[in-house]
Amino acid sequence: MSATPTPATPGPLVRPYGDTTGDGMVQVSFTLPLPHDKRAEGAALQLAAKMGMSPALLVHAKAMGPHFTFFVVYGSVTHLVDLREVQVVEREFPLLGSSEVNQAIRSHLGRKLVVVGACIGTDAHTVGIDAILNIKGFAGEKGLEYYREMKVVNLGAQVLVPELVASAREVGADAVLVSQVVTQKDAHIHNTTTMSAAFREAFPAGEVPLLVVGGPRFEEGSASTLGVDRVFGRGTTPGEVASYLVHELVAPRTSTDPRGEQR
Amino acid sequence: MSSRRPALLDLDPAVVRKARSLARRAGKPVVDLARAHTTVSVERATLRLAGLSGADHEGTPWVNHLVDAVRGEVGLEHGVTTPVWDALRRGEAPDLLTLAQKASSGGVSFRLPEGRDLTGSRKAARSAVAKGVRTVDSQRRARERMIAKVGDAPRTPWVYLIVATGDIHEDIPQAQAAAREGADIIAVIRSTGQSLLDFVPEGATREGYAGTYATQENFRLMRAALDESSRELGRYVRLTNYASGLCMPEIAALAGLERLDMMLNDSMYGILFRDINPIRTFVDQRFSRQVHARAGIIINTGEDNYLTTADAVEAAHTVTVSQLLNEYFAKEAGLEDWQLGLGHAFEINPDIPDSFRMELAHALLARQLFPDAPLKWMPPTKHMTGDVFRGYLLDGFFNLVGAMTGQGILLVGMMTEAVVTPWLSDRDLALQNVRYVMDAAGGLTEDFHPPRDGFIQTRARQVLSEAVDLLDTIVTDTSTRGTQYPQPLLAAITDGTFGAMKRPPTKGKGLDGVFVKADGYDNPATALLEEGATR
Repeated sequence: MSATPTPATPGPLVRPYGDTTGDGMVQVSFTLPLPHDKRAEGAALQLAAKMGMSPALLVHAKAMGPHFTFFVVYGSVTHLVDLREVQVVEREFPLLGSSEVNQAIRSHLGRKLVVVGACIGTDAHTVGIDAILNIKGFAGEKGLEYYREMKVVNLGAQVLVPELVASAREVGADAVLVSQVVTQKDAHIHNTTTMSAAFREAFPAGEVPLLVVGGPRFEEGSASTLGVDRVFGRGTTPGEVASYLVHELVAPRTSTDPRGEQR
Repeated sequence: MSSRRPALLDLDPAVVRKARSLARRAGKPVVDLARAHTTVSVERATLRLAGLSGADHEGTPWVNHLVDAVRGEVGLEHGVTTPVWDALRRGEAPDLLTLAQKASSGGVSFRLPEGRDLTGSRKAARSAVAKGVRTVDSQRRARERMIAKVGDAPRTPWVYLIVATGDIHEDIPQAQAAAREGADIIAVIRSTGQSLLDFVPEGATREGYAGTYATQENFRLMRAALDESSRELGRYVRLTNYASGLCMPEIAALAGLERLDMMLNDSMYGILFRDINPIRTFVDQRFSRQVHARAGIIINTGEDNYLTTADAVEAAHTVTVSQLLNEYFAKEAGLEDWQLGLGHAFEINPDIPDSFRMELAHALLARQLFPDAPLKWMPPTKHMTGDVFRGYLLDGFFNLVGAMTGQGILLVGMMTEAVVTPWLSDRDLALQNVRYVMDAAGGLTEDFHPPRDGFIQTRARQVLSEAVDLLDTIVTDTSTRGTQYPQPLLAAITDGTFGAMKRPPTKGKGLDGVFVKADGYDNPATALLEEGATR
């Protein structure tokens, strides 16, 4: 890495970019529970200063009813980001194409890989699980139903945890995929831990299906606290899930994908 | 089609007639099936109209106790009211509530009366239920009076805003604030779990997931608060809730008693998206729509949901098919055109070329097919990515389609859809978006006439013809002829025709609460609603 940062080789210290390298420009919007007057605008600027914006420019203030004011503030942040201290969860598995996935299952598992999917609890948003499972798929990738070597059972919405456990047992699930969209009062966390506990209770250790949850609001790296094997976040494609399932359930792997190491 | 509106799409009237007649052919056998059955929830709704309310200390409503007790002793095939009023006449208890309380501990014996006891019980039941029906009537008149006195929403589309805190006492100030900011309609989203509860919770509630429980007391509190706002603002602010799920008929009855103004009430939503048994749904739905018709409630149907699971271009015609079916079922149950808030949504992938033109074509098609219905136009959700800036633009285009095509009800889109439950500022920005588009472009309904045989006309005709083809395929499907459920529409639902969900009539939640009516079945509520009688 060269000593002088350029747009091609940034860092290790970076600041936000408005229109000039190093200008540190950001924009924020927020509401304060104050009537719109000079004092409220001063309060907004004080908040901006405490957030590290200096100088801060109050570009918009608008009363929302008698008790609230909405603000838009632009300004330069004094903070620096040190790329050396950034930690990310790197994808631990290579990305495979659908034919590679099928071939891996065929040659190393010798039977179909069984996947059971559901939205559990009161969550009725099947968008996520359907994007991963339905043939229709997501982001131009076909869903898991499209994979010849997978048997997919999509239980749909508002499945009760005991039903999910029973279905997984009945079809001999290798993996259970659960999608959670509703996050009010941490319903997604609660439902997921309930689900994982039920599976660990119902199956002997070592025979629990691979437990995978997905949803836009799960934190990366929270799998172990939730008691599941893997968490997938927003924008996950069916191909990534299929590749992960092969990586975990079908050993040994065929060949590593060079793209996997870069990402 | 009304003569005031020029035919913007040049639809072939013969094709439109064919679409409606196919919808009738698909729907009629299901209506016959619905008429031949009753459900625990229809029976409980009847008891609610007769004035039975409240719950035991564990929260189980007395209507559930009483229906379960009658079901256990004599079955529900003859309806719950005859054995109940027979027991009252025999002096088992001085009143309905005491009877339900006694019955909950097994302290009442029920029987199916005969002869004069039968006619006497039926008469007593009818007179009790008629009181509730008259309350529904007087609430309808109260709404009409209030609109005449304080004024109605100043223009269409009516602006529809959602409130969903889980706590009725938080909902109320939020709803009043939303009304002040410009909402013509407040929808209180239900707790997501409620559709699968086989009872209606009781009292004012403060705990819900992603919404607030629909209860009689919550309805009453919110309506009273909005009456206050209506007087303050000089326009009647409408209240919306959900008549769906396992307790659809009861919630419809409570809505009628407490003067709700609009109810979400789709003919197939519960089947497809909640896995509720199809027969249970169709029976419950018919009863609930009869109540809505009587109460002057506008129903909102849920066609937007199809587009969240299927592609909005490929599946555009399934929306039209569902609208036609919803129209048939609604009119059969006595609802009039002005009560049909048929749904549709702006859900085409914005990355597709001409997506806006297709949205216009689809919205105009609905407008032209149902010229006298207050269509409910619903905002983008599926392609809201978390990029709130892009989302705000998309909502602007959604509003523009609403303005250009004369929609009746506009559900306000939030740029933070799929990010957070709306903040105060999200709602304010969203309403600014609506106001700007309506003020700037609301008059475009006058100027906007798609050219003859241009892209929009051609696309609309294509969707209509695909809808006719699908309905034709449904009604000519003979694969289930001679089986227990030969109704072609049920076969189509079993096959996953709608929303890609496969729902057979022998499965799904709530099936054990469905009964075939016996010859002597009596339900005074149905009789009063069908006759239009008050006594």
